[in-house]
Amino acid sequence: MAMRPLSLLPVGLFALLAVVFGVYLWQVGSGGKDISQIPSALIDKPVPAFDLPPIQGRTDGLKTADLQGKVALVNVWASWCPPCRAEHPVLMTLARDGVPIYGINYKDRPQDALRFLNELGNPFARIGADTDGRVSIDWGVYGYPETFVVDAQGRIRYRHVGPINPGQLDSVIRPILRKVGG
Amino acid sequence: MIRAALAALMLVAALPASAVQPDEILADGALETRAREISKELRCLVCQNQSIDDSDASLARDLRILVRDRLKAGDSDEEVVSFVVERYGDFVLLRPPFKTSTLLLWIGPALIFIAGIAGVWTWYRRRRTAVISDAAPLSDDERKRIDAILAAQDDS
Repeated sequence: MAMRPLSLLPVGLFALLAVVFGVYLWQVGSGGKDISQIPSALIDKPVPAFDLPPIQGRTDGLKTADLQGKVALVNVWASWCPPCRAEHPVLMTLARDGVPIYGINYKDRPQDALRFLNELGNPFARIGADTDGRVSIDWGVYGYPETFVVDAQGRIRYRHVGPINPGQLDSVIRPILRKVGG
Repeated sequence: MIRAALAALMLVAALPASAVQPDEILADGALETRAREISKELRCLVCQNQSIDDSDASLARDLRILVRDRLKAGDSDEEVVSFVVERYGDFVLLRPPFKTSTLLLWIGPALIFIAGIAGVWTWYRRRRTAVISDAAPLSDDERKRIDAILAAQDDS
């Protein structure tokens, strides 16, 4: 019996699926894309209205108005979060380069947060203490650390879930800062 | 009989297992029921395949309390859900909304089912016509042999 074009259809479909699955697997394997990461609902929206007190023992605090007028990073961190500790040298590098970084200290004990900064250095221009986690919910935060790029108009332009590693600093964060105008 | 009744009781008692802690439960029963229904539709973003009603993650607990606070402040169910969606996006809904970006998700299974039915149908139709056309009519010689065989059977 002669081969009908239709009889090749299952093979074709299989090949197509194999390619699609292969591409996704490769992306996950190479660290290029984490499919468990979800896009932020706040991209291109103004930063949420918030007003956080300082960590007890400091005098700064962080509010919406602090994020107007310049390109800045907002980093949600806690002293009890090991990836935050791992990410910390990257934030110090960025701070040395003159990028303003604002901290939201998530559900931390004041003495632990202060010890973390004393030991490792403080990359933050200002820090607000989010003791009950409500402001982090307003920012759509679900993993720690998370880092947001905010433009000079106070709009959220990018969100990074998890620690920024040194490779991503150069391949992702710096290009976005340049694009947004930092 | 008693054992069967006990077994049934245990099955029923096991059903409403959830992560809601006693200190989260609202005094107002009607509000608490609404909070439970809303919580079952919201995804825990830490575990991603559990609702916040099911999850023990601390963010799930915070969101459960947030849902209850919004209800106490007088929000409707829809207002509570859209409050959470504004912050976490459509992904937070365990039942994705029907819109252009999710069209394929909703009608995909139906499309594949229809394609499958169509495939099976054409395959059967092809096969039937193939069987009919492939069979050559009997030659005179073959007809004579069949007649002889049938005649021999009638005799016995």
